[in-house]
Amino acid sequence: MSIEPGSKSEDNQGDDMDTTAQTNSLAGIAASRAHAQPGTQALGVGLEARGVHAWFGEKHALSNVSLDFWPGTVTALIGPSGCGKSTFIRTLNRMHEFIPTAAMAGEVLLNGEDIYAPGVDVTKIRLKVGMVFQKPNPFPSMTIAENVLAGLKLAQLKVENKDDLLEDCLERAGLWSEVKDRLNTHGGALSGGQQQRLCIARALAVRPQVLLMDEPCSALDPGSTLRIEETISQLSSSVTIIIVTHNMQQAARVSDYTAFFLSEGGPGQMIEVGSTNEIFSRPKDKRTENYVTGRFG
Amino acid sequence: MTTLAPAPTAKPQKPWAATYKDRAKTAGIFVASMAISYAVVAATPLKGKLAYAAIFFASYIVIDFVINFVKAGRPAAVDAVFRAFVTMMVAVAITPIISILVTVWIRGHHGLHWTLFTKDMHSNAYTDAVPQGGLLHAIIGTFLLVLFAMIISVPIGILTAIYLTEIRGKFTRPISFLVQAMSGVPSIVAGLFIYAAILLPLTKKLNGFEGSLALAILMIPTVARTSEEVLKLIPSDLREAGVALGGTQWRSVAMVVVPAARSGLITAMILGVARVAGETAPLLLLTGGSGTKNFNMFNNSMGSLPSYIWQCFGAGTPESITRAWAGILVLLVIVVVLFTAARTLGNRKVGKKK
Repeated sequence: MSIEPGSKSEDNQGDDMDTTAQTNSLAGIAASRAHAQPGTQALGVGLEARGVHAWFGEKHALSNVSLDFWPGTVTALIGPSGCGKSTFIRTLNRMHEFIPTAAMAGEVLLNGEDIYAPGVDVTKIRLKVGMVFQKPNPFPSMTIAENVLAGLKLAQLKVENKDDLLEDCLERAGLWSEVKDRLNTHGGALSGGQQQRLCIARALAVRPQVLLMDEPCSALDPGSTLRIEETISQLSSSVTIIIVTHNMQQAARVSDYTAFFLSEGGPGQMIEVGSTNEIFSRPKDKRTENYVTGRFG
Repeated sequence: MTTLAPAPTAKPQKPWAATYKDRAKTAGIFVASMAISYAVVAATPLKGKLAYAAIFFASYIVIDFVINFVKAGRPAAVDAVFRAFVTMMVAVAITPIISILVTVWIRGHHGLHWTLFTKDMHSNAYTDAVPQGGLLHAIIGTFLLVLFAMIISVPIGILTAIYLTEIRGKFTRPISFLVQAMSGVPSIVAGLFIYAAILLPLTKKLNGFEGSLALAILMIPTVARTSEEVLKLIPSDLREAGVALGGTQWRSVAMVVVPAARSGLITAMILGVARVAGETAPLLLLTGGSGTKNFNMFNNSMGSLPSYIWQCFGAGTPESITRAWAGILVLLVIVVVLFTAARTLGNRKVGKKK
């Protein structure tokens, strides 16, 4: 089920013609988004999931998901609640095992190497594959600046110029202008949207190759959501982004690829993946169509 | 163009507050209940303070119920009775505490004298006049004993709590069970344990450190259980965020979880101190009750406020009893001061918490 990078430019052309007819539809939004260039990368770069299953105790939560994420792309995972999207992205940086009853099967390859192979240092994986959570969770005992640089301290990394890194990360997260005068106040005093961007800055400070975002806007108002979407577009040139969202307009606005997950009573499965245009304009699977058109879910 | 009329000046009001009539009603029920309890005690063989209180409470609830039932119906009446009952239970719970505080003050303040804090008892008998001698040695002793007990038990207690909440290893359940069981250990048992394990086979004499060890045994479960509850309250989001940034579990706990729980952990420490500050039995057994200042935890018997109080009561003369009450007062004040200090430290703002 891996995405064929080569087929993407053709999709774009096809969709551009459709745009006139459906400018207001989701497909229209998706088509009007400038796509990243089709990948020319050799296999073995980026992040690849191969037959990933996940369990919580006896419950089989996710079944046989294979999905590739090309460097510099944004992939949206959509689907109704309980379909295993969040579980899936947590297997991608080994946060899944944080839950005591969790189990998994399959392979996740980061730059061609299995992150679940014996002897792999899990903390190094999480440095390369960062994560932003659903609820903003700045560290309450730290100031804004300390929050951004917390990853360096946690992972004991050395940086030559912390001030530059601090500014760079806050700038990339779109927060610098709002907080530059109060870097030494506590993060808890920020608004929810600012806190979430602070968490994005914190995740960027350790220079991850991939950024996982688990419904990063679900607790935020529309204005903050827009700011974060802008942040995602700016980041996408330098970081591979995988975003779980319940907001279909959001998926259409920010992503290059979309994968639809669904659980039909049993474990969650990936039903379909394709370029975002494709998924929203002419999905191959009836269930995807029902979901993206709002007839279900 | 319409101009907005100037907003009428509004005064903040509380329309939901009790009206004059409501208060009069409550006061009326109160007075009526007092009258009933007085009448019943006078007319029946029921006697004593307990009878007054019981009849007062019972009649208050009955009158309150009847009035509300007639005026507002059954649900309101049940609600009123529930509220009255809870208020009374609070009164019942607080009465002994206030009674103790008042008694300690009434009996103890005669004995307060500046020499209490400048002199010890090494050249006086407990039966001498109050200004001769003081309890400096006991304050020093209690301070050192509790300090050493804290140094031993706080790290052990907090690390145990971290094991129970963060590491969650195979032994979580049995250890959790043991910690709970340990919090019920009578203090004399802790004292006897140190007596049998250290004093008899090793040191063969009394010293302060053995007392601190026994106190530490009593403190550990309190510190561990309270810390465990506090750490459980830290949202697992924060732990995940720490780990997701590439920190090891140890660094995530040390840099994120523990700082976030700081004020709670300080409270755990205070509760531990409160548990042992007034302990008497193990100290009598292990540290003795010297009347001399002793700064050496590892040599010679050591005074402490509880043993000072115990010895003074034992002496039995009016002077020594006055000393004992003054000692109780001083102990209480020290505990309150410690509490307040630690609370203030713990609550110092560490950013707004959600």
